[in-house]
Amino acid sequence: MTAVASRSSRAAVRVDRRGVITGLGAGGVAVFLGMIGMLVAFDGRNVIDPILSLGYAVLIGVFVVAGHRAAAREELEGVEFEPYGPYDVVSGAVAGIVGGAVVGGFILLIEAFDVREVFTNVSPALVDFLTLDSGLAVGLIAMALGGAVFGAVGAATHLLPARVKDSAISAVIWIFIIGFIELVIVDIVESFKFADFFEDFVYGDRRGLTVPAALLVGAGVFLLTWRFRGRVVAFRARIQVMPEEQRRKTGVVIALVLIALGAILPAVLGTFVNELLTIVGLFLLMGLGLNIVVGLAGILDLGYVAFFAVGAYTTAVLTSPLSPAFSPELTWFAALPFVIVFAAMAGVLVGTPVLRMRGDYLAIVTLGFGEIARILFLSDWFKGIFGGAQGIIQIPSVEIGPLTIKGTDPQQVFYLLLFFVVIVAYVSWRLQDSRIGRAWIAMREDEQVAEAMGVNTVTAKLLAFVIGAIMASFGGAIFAAKIGSIFPNSFQFLVSIIVLVLIIVGGMGSIPGVAVGAFVLVGVLGGPTSPGLLREFAEFKLLIYGTLLVYMMLKRPEGLLPSARRTRELHQEEYLQDAWIDAQEKEGHPEEDG
Amino acid sequence: MAERLLDIRGLSKGFGGLQALRNLDFHVEEGEIVSVIGPNGAGKTTFFNTITGLYPPDEGEILFEGNDIAGLEPSDITERGIARTFQNVRLFPNMTVLENVMVAQHCRTRAGVFGAIFRTKAFQREEKEIRELGKDVLGFFGTRLTGYRFEQPAFVLSYANRRRLEIARAMATQPRLLLLDEPTAGMNPRETIELTELIGKLRSERGFTVVVIEHDMKVVRNVSDRVVVLDHGVQIASGTYDEVASDENVIEAYLGRPAERGTP
Repeated sequence: MTAVASRSSRAAVRVDRRGVITGLGAGGVAVFLGMIGMLVAFDGRNVIDPILSLGYAVLIGVFVVAGHRAAAREELEGVEFEPYGPYDVVSGAVAGIVGGAVVGGFILLIEAFDVREVFTNVSPALVDFLTLDSGLAVGLIAMALGGAVFGAVGAATHLLPARVKDSAISAVIWIFIIGFIELVIVDIVESFKFADFFEDFVYGDRRGLTVPAALLVGAGVFLLTWRFRGRVVAFRARIQVMPEEQRRKTGVVIALVLIALGAILPAVLGTFVNELLTIVGLFLLMGLGLNIVVGLAGILDLGYVAFFAVGAYTTAVLTSPLSPAFSPELTWFAALPFVIVFAAMAGVLVGTPVLRMRGDYLAIVTLGFGEIARILFLSDWFKGIFGGAQGIIQIPSVEIGPLTIKGTDPQQVFYLLLFFVVIVAYVSWRLQDSRIGRAWIAMREDEQVAEAMGVNTVTAKLLAFVIGAIMASFGGAIFAAKIGSIFPNSFQFLVSIIVLVLIIVGGMGSIPGVAVGAFVLVGVLGGPTSPGLLREFAEFKLLIYGTLLVYMMLKRPEGLLPSARRTRELHQEEYLQDAWIDAQEKEGHPEEDG
Repeated sequence: MAERLLDIRGLSKGFGGLQALRNLDFHVEEGEIVSVIGPNGAGKTTFFNTITGLYPPDEGEILFEGNDIAGLEPSDITERGIARTFQNVRLFPNMTVLENVMVAQHCRTRAGVFGAIFRTKAFQREEKEIRELGKDVLGFFGTRLTGYRFEQPAFVLSYANRRRLEIARAMATQPRLLLLDEPTAGMNPRETIELTELIGKLRSERGFTVVVIEHDMKVVRNVSDRVVVLDHGVQIASGTYDEVASDENVIEAYLGRPAERGTP
């Protein structure tokens, strides 16, 4: 009797404090998203047509996550904790109500005071959105009620068995994914006869899945996950414990399948998606190059865009008939050796002064070099060669024998890119596992010791810079031919940052990781100037990049698809435990020498 | 007299106001095992750092096989045949055990970018040799660093094994002269005895000349042909263990002056 009472009172205290605090936070987030205009902008795209727009999905997501967090407990291995119960659901509901109340308060506030002059996004459209187009009273009730319900739902997920929970979560995620890749899927099925029927059935008028399609996808994914849950993880684990030779073979097979897919896909995709793929390809090239500099050699280069620019400008000067100073009008492939040479020279030029620098200083100085490169191309000094702000126009298409790759045809450009991506990825892969790659990694681990163990760090660093620069310059050369005209402002600092972020998000030092990073960031969210698959995200791209980066640093610092080395590095404690248990099993006794 | 393997004359190194090494003369004959001892702060580690090029010397010459190596880059000095370990074990923690000894052969190998990309015959042969020599030097320590240990990252190793791996890594650079900086520090008595034997074997089995900084006098007595005592950057004694142990200057440096000769 007393035990029950004490338990419930303790639970009540927890409900009060955590629920309210989490709710306040969630309300703040919701208000912030509203004030920056994200909710209204996302309202323009449907997830499930016509009942759920992306805007409401985000709002609901905030409440669900708040409820989930409010009820969550820290789980420590070996320490028993109270099982989740109805109190936790109440706790989640409290968080939701508080969050809803904050939003409600915000609605009242913006109804009472006009703040549009300062916060331009606090518009009537936002009020309509938050009140569900049904007037103030209904809106306020809906917020509180909706908050409570979705907060409770978030908390209730704790009560579900793990298998149900995982299946449900992946069902929801896949509904979103299928909705998001609408363009890709529509392009693919367009070549078939039943395309129209399929499109009408699956996708609604304002984008997003139709209700029956959403149900179908949800149920399908739920069942599939239910059936095959854990198989993917098990598969990855199995690859990891394979002997090296076999692991390598599996990797090669997977890579070949992906390349084959990459070769087939563009043929069935439409212009918009293909265009997107070419931008992904450009960033992938740069990402792979920077991966060598940052991921392997550990040199944080924030001015990487400079090498991309060198590649583009070299190509432009040598191939365009309108290049100001001299125009040999070489073909693209004839210019390529010069691109390589100039990129290598740029690599040495940037690399030499920063040889003795480390950490923050290195980052700042390379950042400066990146900007210097852009400003030099822009300057009047070199106007005679690079055309200043007018840039260089009429860069011809790429010609391979009888074939012409027109820059305006993204499909052809993509094949050219694919060719170079495969080369660059292959080179990275081979270098990683060689005398040079080992020297880079040793240098990243401890520069002084690497030097003392006979690694000439000057040569190793310059080599990393040069190879990274050449890889980026390939991207630049293709970029020049694709766009047909280049201007200094195409080579903003932001490009360097995006390349770095995609490596970090994907997994530093891991080639598949860089590819995943490029697809997720540039493909889905959008590059520096181009929208991604989610055009509605374009305006909030940087915000989402930032959030994603912070989240990744906290929850998965090794990246989405990390290399084994980096995973070990960032999870040393867990690995140590496993290794200790392993040693006990293999040697039959704990390490006698401590 | 045969040419000395290492011959140091008038070596000085200061850090601002602190004179770590003062006009030091020191030499090692081929095949010797020499211990360098001295109280804390005597300049022993600075001495190693200066020989291996981590610090350029202020004055003096360091002749290795007759050539002055003072002021060369550490990697050049390693290439010429001097390898070292560090007092505060400095491995490449996230590289595997085998990779640690493979990377140490960097200066003995030549494969370039093209070899690595195209996997030429020469590259493959060299890679195989690196691997085999790596396994060989790890095998020097029995089974402690072999088998499943090859693929483990260095950070999982126990403290003693890290020290062993560091010695293996130095051996992998294929040096003529090995500088060991407190190889038994932090080891338990049994491990210390085992390592003492191994230091002897470094010479008898592998043909290295060894200079070792050591605090454990049992180890010093058991391994050294000759003992050099440093204090305040100056050599205060040199000779066999017994000679040094009874030297008044040495006793004074370690224990202070006897009372009757103390404050005037």
